[in-house]
Amino acid sequence: MTGTNPGISPAESGVATGMDPATRSSAPGGLVKSVVALDRVVIRLAGDSGDGMQLTGGRFTSETATFGNDLSTLPNFPAEIRAPTGTLPGVSSFQLHFADHDIMTPGDAPDVLVVMNPAALKANLVDLPGGGLLIADSDEFTPRNLAKVGYASNPLEDGSLDKWQLVSVPLTSMTTDALADSGLGKKEAERSKNMFTLGLLSWMYHRPTEGTIRFLERQFRRKPQIAAANIAAFRAGFNYGETTEAFAVSYEVKPAPMAPGKYRHISGNQALAYGIVAAGQRSGLPVFLGAYPITPASDILHELSKHKSFGVRTFQAEDEIAGIGAALGASFGGALGVTTTSGPGVALKAETIGLAVMTELPLLIVDVQRGGPSTGLPTKTEQSDLLQALFGRNGEAPVPVIAPRSPGDCFDATLEATRIALTYRTPVILLSDGYLANGAEPWSIPAVDELPDLRVEFATAPNGSAEDGTEGQFLPYLRDPETLARPWAVPGTAGLQHRIGGLEKADKTGNISYDPANHDFMTRTRQAKIDGIAASIPPTEVDDPDGDASVAVIGWGSTYGPIGAACRRIRASGRSVAQVHLRHLNPLPADLGEILARYDRVVCPEMNLGQLALLLRAKYLVDVHSHTQVRGLPFRAAELAAVLQDVIDSTTPTAAPLEAAPNGAVL
Amino acid sequence: MTATPHVHDLGMPAGPDVTTVAGAIDASIAANGPKQTELKAKDLKTDQEVRWCPGCGDYVILNAVQSFLPSLGIAREDMVIVSGIGCSSRFPYYMNTYGMHSIHGRAPAIATGLAASRPDLSVWVVTGDGDALSIGGNHLIHTLRRNVNLTILLFNNRIYGLTKGQYSPTSEVGKVTKSTPMGSLDHPFNPVSLALGADATFVGRAMDSDRKGLTDVLRQAAEHQGTSLVEIYQNCNIFNDGAFELLKDPTTGPMWTIPLVHGEPLVFGPGGASCVVRDDFGGLRIAETNQVDAAQIVVHDAHREDPSYAFALSRLSSQDLRYTPMGVFRKVSKPSYDRMMTDQLEDAAAQEPADLDALLAGNDSWTVSA
Repeated sequence: MTGTNPGISPAESGVATGMDPATRSSAPGGLVKSVVALDRVVIRLAGDSGDGMQLTGGRFTSETATFGNDLSTLPNFPAEIRAPTGTLPGVSSFQLHFADHDIMTPGDAPDVLVVMNPAALKANLVDLPGGGLLIADSDEFTPRNLAKVGYASNPLEDGSLDKWQLVSVPLTSMTTDALADSGLGKKEAERSKNMFTLGLLSWMYHRPTEGTIRFLERQFRRKPQIAAANIAAFRAGFNYGETTEAFAVSYEVKPAPMAPGKYRHISGNQALAYGIVAAGQRSGLPVFLGAYPITPASDILHELSKHKSFGVRTFQAEDEIAGIGAALGASFGGALGVTTTSGPGVALKAETIGLAVMTELPLLIVDVQRGGPSTGLPTKTEQSDLLQALFGRNGEAPVPVIAPRSPGDCFDATLEATRIALTYRTPVILLSDGYLANGAEPWSIPAVDELPDLRVEFATAPNGSAEDGTEGQFLPYLRDPETLARPWAVPGTAGLQHRIGGLEKADKTGNISYDPANHDFMTRTRQAKIDGIAASIPPTEVDDPDGDASVAVIGWGSTYGPIGAACRRIRASGRSVAQVHLRHLNPLPADLGEILARYDRVVCPEMNLGQLALLLRAKYLVDVHSHTQVRGLPFRAAELAAVLQDVIDSTTPTAAPLEAAPNGAVL
Repeated sequence: MTATPHVHDLGMPAGPDVTTVAGAIDASIAANGPKQTELKAKDLKTDQEVRWCPGCGDYVILNAVQSFLPSLGIAREDMVIVSGIGCSSRFPYYMNTYGMHSIHGRAPAIATGLAASRPDLSVWVVTGDGDALSIGGNHLIHTLRRNVNLTILLFNNRIYGLTKGQYSPTSEVGKVTKSTPMGSLDHPFNPVSLALGADATFVGRAMDSDRKGLTDVLRQAAEHQGTSLVEIYQNCNIFNDGAFELLKDPTTGPMWTIPLVHGEPLVFGPGGASCVVRDDFGGLRIAETNQVDAAQIVVHDAHREDPSYAFALSRLSSQDLRYTPMGVFRKVSKPSYDRMMTDQLEDAAAQEPADLDALLAGNDSWTVSA
């Protein structure tokens, strides 16, 4: 197949389901072009931070989503806004995995790598398997650019790239040629080379183009000349693919079968922001977001600030502490208080979270985790705030912790976190991460009237009597016997005036109390309230299709995709494995201990140094096998599968080696 | 990862459509009928024993506030007092209103969220010199520049009382305290200058023991739309007793106090012997009244848009408290933050009605048919 199917071998990328290239289209000049059907493709676009790779990737994603493929994306960009042009630190990339079937990850390695300059080549080539298709903008491989990243000779010409399918294309000059009559200067015209590239890829993978043209018209509606130039470049790229001899083959990846319904593609941060808007609507409470800009959470602030018509107030505070402080103040006033941040921000908010624990007010704290400690890797993903979320406060300050597992799941997880915050009158931490935040996938659009009812009842009347028997008193810490939640009486409600604060509260009255027995009682009661949430959590799902697994793999948060993909590989090799994925990290599901005890071995992959494993060991006395990685990137499914295979085979020597899997196509 | 239908099983019943937000708050408030706005001082007291040191200036301020608040005609359930940490911050426990005794320095931030989301409330912040100017300095200046509708009472006793006697951000240079046995090296803040530097729309100063002057400034502060900051000189009789004696003493007080009355010439001292005139650099200086023309004497104008004048007033006094202006330095009208935020929400709603279905569907959806 090599030669007609450049760079995509079945072993690497799945199966070309149309075994012989069908000669369906012919280009002008009698050039016969063939179409190869593939079941899945992983494309990575890489260029300088200024080359617009994220935008190009985003548009290709939209086209792919509209076409109906299942997809998963991995944007990867530097923390520097514009590192010096053409240098390694400035390289930005976007990886997209799309398929004609259900997939779970953005792909371990690209089948196709598009590089816009030598730096992008140098930074990404290591990930492109031998035989992979490599498209390079030859215009940018100048002596100066080559020297910047230490190439002694031009790799496009010196034969060093022979093990890949190299297609050297003068993307920049073809773009400027196409825009010669646009009235734009050369520099300005060059900026459309990403759209030229997108056009070429759109031809190559039979993507619909109308959406991108509409998008460009919308995006540049105040600059019609720029809009026209980008559209012209986009079409030129498409036409180039159709006419050039450089690409003899185009590829078709059929739509993935999906349950009937209406879909869109959505990123984690967008889904999370929509979840907050929906939570406000379904609770009937005004939303108040107090936030301070921080990567990778800022997009939630940006998104919510667009939705004022839903009664959403957004407040860009002077610092992280003011962000959560204002949110808590709004909660005291009867709003759904929300604060959004990343790890360093959570550290700063810790004291106010403690105040929310003490005052027992609903509050949603969103932590979009990134690499740490300190400033760490602001634009990269990690799961290393779990223990901070659980324990990062002074005193015994239990807080429920929820983690979404995919970009779209950020929506549901937000509603669940809100349910807990409102029902139990407690701060709740929602642990997303950089991978979920920026990654995207198709999302089944929910019907609003099927979303959960989150309405709350404020206290409107006195609920007890004073110690001396005086009736008609309001006791702000008299609890609901079932949930242990205290009443939420909002200012403005006559007769329910009360004072709350960070000093220890006397049971029922909420007055200041230094009584030793009361402190012991209140500390245990606050803990019992959070522990009691477990009663409202559905039974833990165990995914063990064969029903005979002796090894279970347990994860939380964004590792769901890679772990799930690894499990599919394991099962395809004839082995059994059970997958358990946690949404609730505090309290843990009531049935979890019993479930883990069923297996000979429990493996826990995490993008930290074993934080959940530590908890599971402490809580259930299970000898958890912790597998960890903190590379700032999601796990690769193949690597995880190898880890699982080792554990399984050491437990029950069976089955053929993993390499003998019927095919790698199911991932 | 989407080949399964979207399931929203959160263990909660699917409820009716809730399309109007804030309805729940309104309903809760309405449940108790008309507001009771005719109050007496005793209606504002709580059953909690007041626990400041005997002789503390805080008692006087509490009494003054409880006596004058009923005259504002605000129902007590519509008042919220938010405080930080320190002696002064115990204030909310003694007021039969809604209140939150929060954490050190953060009261302005917490009150901002409350006031911005509930413009119907009268929100007060009670804080001290350490709470507001040291750990909470950032929140204070940003609250002032935003002009959130809050009344901030800053009790300044120039010492840390609750932690038992360390120097504060308003302590004089050279002050000997537990943490500065050889004298403090820190140059103090002038809270009024600081507030004016942050473009505060209302800044006043009063003395704890001056019931009339304190009440007058508090009333104007409470009636002001936007952030009002009132610095109250408050005596800590345990750790910094007599800090303001120069101004309180019946013989020295009048010599060193400049009463600020809008529209009145700035003449003070026994027999009106001293006055305030402009200096050569656009600032202000003290002069002897009989040495200048009456026309040279500055007539106090608290409504000046340019804060430079009020700032110059605030610079007349220094650490030793001589020539301390008391009263309202500045009182100008500017849209308040909560009002502007509410306006934006209303404008947005008028431009595009809230339609959650449309929001979730977005611009680029596709349908998979059965």
